[in-house]
Amino acid sequence: MPDDVSALHLVLSGDAALFAIVRLSLYVSLSAVLLAAMIGIPFGAFLALTRFPGRQGVIVGLNALMGLPPVVVGLAVYLALSRSGPLGSFGLLFTPRAMIIAQTILVAPIIAALARQTIEDLWIEYRDELTAMNIGPLGRVATLVWDARFSLVTALLAGFGRAAAEVGAIIIVGGNIEGFTRTMTTAIALETSKGDLPLAVGLGMVLIAIVIAVNALAWTARRAGERWAG
Amino acid sequence: MRAPFSELPVVFDGVTVAAGAVTILDNLTLEFTPGAPTLLIGPNGSGKTTLLRLAMGLLAPSRGRISWGGRENAAPLKRAIVFQRPTMLRRSAGANIRYALRAAGVPRAERARRCGELLELVGLEALADRAARKLSGGEQQRLALARALARDPAVLFLDEPTASLDPTATKAVEDVIREVGQRNIKVVMATHDLGEARRLAGDIVMLHRGRVVEAAAASAFFDAPQTAAARAFLAGELLV
Repeated sequence: MPDDVSALHLVLSGDAALFAIVRLSLYVSLSAVLLAAMIGIPFGAFLALTRFPGRQGVIVGLNALMGLPPVVVGLAVYLALSRSGPLGSFGLLFTPRAMIIAQTILVAPIIAALARQTIEDLWIEYRDELTAMNIGPLGRVATLVWDARFSLVTALLAGFGRAAAEVGAIIIVGGNIEGFTRTMTTAIALETSKGDLPLAVGLGMVLIAIVIAVNALAWTARRAGERWAG
Repeated sequence: MRAPFSELPVVFDGVTVAAGAVTILDNLTLEFTPGAPTLLIGPNGSGKTTLLRLAMGLLAPSRGRISWGGRENAAPLKRAIVFQRPTMLRRSAGANIRYALRAAGVPRAERARRCGELLELVGLEALADRAARKLSGGEQQRLALARALARDPAVLFLDEPTASLDPTATKAVEDVIREVGQRNIKVVMATHDLGEARRLAGDIVMLHRGRVVEAAAASAFFDAPQTAAARAFLAGELLV
């Protein structure tokens, strides 16, 4: 049977091993995006609304961090979580939590940088009205984040895209342990090197389908939201 | 119940606003007191918008002092403004008003009733659930008026609220302004439409090149302007 047909058979037959990998991949990536959003959106809002010496430098640095090399982040997290590292006592290395930490570090700058731009653009539009209504700093942040929520979906999607496609960091800190820390991207890398192309192709198909589905869902939600809220 | 005109008088004492070498308002001494609407008139660039932003507290003068009811640096608790192009929050018309009511500290239990009253005042009760940004220009201006009134202001500043509206929409906005004036709220409004100034004004302040050219009761100003600039402006001549 050709590899692509075998791959399709694996997907359609609901292969347990394949779907365990898919579940773990989604768990790790979505958790990382959630954590990164909790860090990145408030930080982006803070940068958008405040002026302080060195702010431009921080923005340039943040934008540069969007291109963080995953293997470097993986190495740094590995060193931090290894037994002799500062966080070694937590025993997180080669666990899904370590993978979430690494991906959060990769995704947070992307969400923060895009959120900063989105919120700053909206702040320029809203500044006079919110100032005239005597809205305080926290109220401004809450209002801007809420009103920019549909635009911020794009930032979350960019973060999810980065996390879902990432392999360099999680293979270092997760170890690609079968049934425990093996994700779609690490499995594709491994199975390809072993020559088990049907599984690699099958996982690739699922990965692409998930990315398309998530983007389509987000796009639909954004369009519906914009129609409703203007 | 609030004390009427708690923010009044708004007093400008030798106020100058400069941006670099350009003087936008020059040594302005002026007072807005309780009573009929005060209309600020003058050609584009005469400083009307800057004056309103100062009066609202959105801008600090380069020199001079501004006080509200005798207090300087007073938070704009009983002041409200409608900009020439108001920004609608990305939510429904009703939610825009409820937002302003919450910001003004109106208890949650009262917000629905107050929101309904304000929408009715501006004739938008049927559009409460419509996205505010989807409303027409005239409807947005009326919604902006309702949102400003949600603050229960003692003084309401309006920056050319009918500048880009057709006659029907202009009449609707002017009707609301008249209604507001009868509610013990001081209206200070900028316009370069002399017809509108005649229809609405109790007092006129004419600005030209950042200075007060003439300040008088509307009838006196239109019947017997005292300065050459005012006479020229009323005659429809171009002031440069």
